Amino acid sequence: MLFFLETVISGLMAGVMYSLVALGFVLIFKASGIFNFAQGVFALFAGLALYDFIAEDGWFYDLFGFALPVWLGIIATMGVMVIVAWLVERLVLRHLVNQEPIILFMSTIGLAYFLEGVGDILFGSDVKPLDIGLPQGASDYLLDNYNLYVEKLEVVAAVVAAVLVIVLAIFFQKTRIGRALRAVADDHQAALSVGISLRTIWVIVWSVSGFVALVAGIMWGSKSGIQFSLSLIALKALPVLILGGFTSVPGAIIGGLIIGVGEKVAEVYAGPFVGGAIENWFAYMLALVFLLIRPQGLFGEKIIERV
Amino acid sequence: MTYERTIGDTILAVDQISLSFGGVKALSDISFSVREHEVFAIIGPNGAGKSSMLNCINGFYHPQEGTITFKGKTRRQVRPSEAARDGIARTFQNIALFSGMSTLDNIMTGRNTKMNKGLFWQAIRVGPAEKEEMAHRAVVEKVIDFLEIEAIRKTAVGTLPYGLQKRVELGRALAAEPDLLLLDEPMAGMNLEEKQDMCRFILDVNDEFGTTIVLIEHDMGVVMDISDRVVVLDYGKKLAEGTPDEVRTNQDVIDAYLGVSHGEDE
Ligand SMILES: Nc1ncnc2c1ncn2[C@@H]1O[C@H](COP(=O)(O)OP(=O)(O)OP(=O)(O)O)[C@@H](O)[C@H]1O
Ligand SMILES: [Mg+2]
Repeated sequence: MLFFLETVISGLMAGVMYSLVALGFVLIFKASGIFNFAQGVFALFAGLALYDFIAEDGWFYDLFGFALPVWLGIIATMGVMVIVAWLVERLVLRHLVNQEPIILFMSTIGLAYFLEGVGDILFGSDVKPLDIGLPQGASDYLLDNYNLYVEKLEVVAAVVAAVLVIVLAIFFQKTRIGRALRAVADDHQAALSVGISLRTIWVIVWSVSGFVALVAGIMWGSKSGIQFSLSLIALKALPVLILGGFTSVPGAIIGGLIIGVGEKVAEVYAGPFVGGAIENWFAYMLALVFLLIRPQGLFGEKIIERV
Repeated sequence: MTYERTIGDTILAVDQISLSFGGVKALSDISFSVREHEVFAIIGPNGAGKSSMLNCINGFYHPQEGTITFKGKTRRQVRPSEAARDGIARTFQNIALFSGMSTLDNIMTGRNTKMNKGLFWQAIRVGPAEKEEMAHRAVVEKVIDFLEIEAIRKTAVGTLPYGLQKRVELGRALAAEPDLLLLDEPMAGMNLEEKQDMCRFILDVNDEFGTTIVLIEHDMGVVMDISDRVVVLDYGKKLAEGTPDEVRTNQDVIDAYLGVSHGEDE
């Protein structure tokens, strides 16, 4: 039983990561109808940038002779992500307005490889252990009292993800930008007619998903270091989206957790019988099953053909 | 009509506008002007270019030639957000509402141009923005009152019947307190009672707030009843301009309407 709990909890940790990446996808998809393939690379890029702002061997240190304190580094990285968002709007989206979704999708694939390349050139491709002072190791409290082995970092990640979701929910439901974002997601023309500037909204949405990517990058980097495989979790986010629905924020969260836990449990308990490596395909299997029985996802809006 | 208004100077001047899509000439060399506090109708058969004209005025379409002067500012091309900020609000031929949002939130979006605090500012400081929000809420409540839609304030507009959706859309435009209101077939697809309600609202808006109104309408009875002046388009060209009576007796107009199947009169 204890072992099962530990498996579930470590699945949740992986799930939180998937959720965070999926969340970035959902935000952009809702506001601009674009499936942003580069979301995983955003997380990588944000992680790399943060590392270089705060580490002793980062190039900020090389340039100025000191590294930024963590909180400043995070702010600076956020600045970088806003600039990336602005550039994406300025150089890509603006010129592709009204194009087919597939063309926009292709452009984000291009963006992904471009950013990966830039990241490689600027920051190098070796694994970078990100240490922003998050607690590491097992929680003594849970170990002593319940004999349960739980990484402190996993607890922190879960709490951070929860806070992030609450903040985003308030942002979308209560603020004027949130209302403008929902307006744009609903009807571009109508949004324009009340004076909402699509360009501003796009920059904001891409910045917010850059922020979400930064959080994902921090969590992932603290656990296994910043490395290029991080951009691959973008692929895992795809089944998460199919599960949760492309337009649902809660769907992204729940979907991510289900897949995270599902694949860990499957790996541990069914792995030995099929020769392991279930983790590699479980998410896609689950997504396939979902596509057959509930294509709009758990929380997605029902797809009704307009006539 | 017994309401009393003083028609003022020209507020909107459309000057030699031409617009084409590839080979299709949607508008050729159109000029007319609309005076302050006027109810001005654009009529014409299907495909005449009426909606395209509105789309040029609020910046959705960018005409290749000609200029549009609004409140003294002359431009060929304007961005929709600029037009909105200058005081132009509109409704659409096919309802364009934010279907997932409530009536209240939909109408609230109409306040967008009146909100001073920049978007980023609003995200950072909740305090003053909150206060501003309350002031805007008051305007929105007045609009809701005016359009008699208190009962559906919290209803998601996607679930409302067609006639009410049209009314909410008008509400969203009114919330902007526009100087110029563009209405693209505000009564299309409505039953008689709904049409009468809509007519009354349009006249009341014009009367009480002095809003200048440019509307497209197929129902001749309605057009003749509520508009001060009319421009007639056909195949992207201007056929006539004048008071309803002048237009009604214009031979070109009569020919156009008899010659073209005019079955959309419901
Ligand atoms: N976005 C567009 N792309 C291509 N052609 C267009 C576009 N918008 C309008 N047109 C064309 O311009 C012409 C005028 O269309 P418009 O919608 O302005 O007519 P309308 O007078 O509003 O007609 P209706 O009474 O049917 O609404 C039509 O031939 C139409 O096909
Ligand atoms: Mg039309």
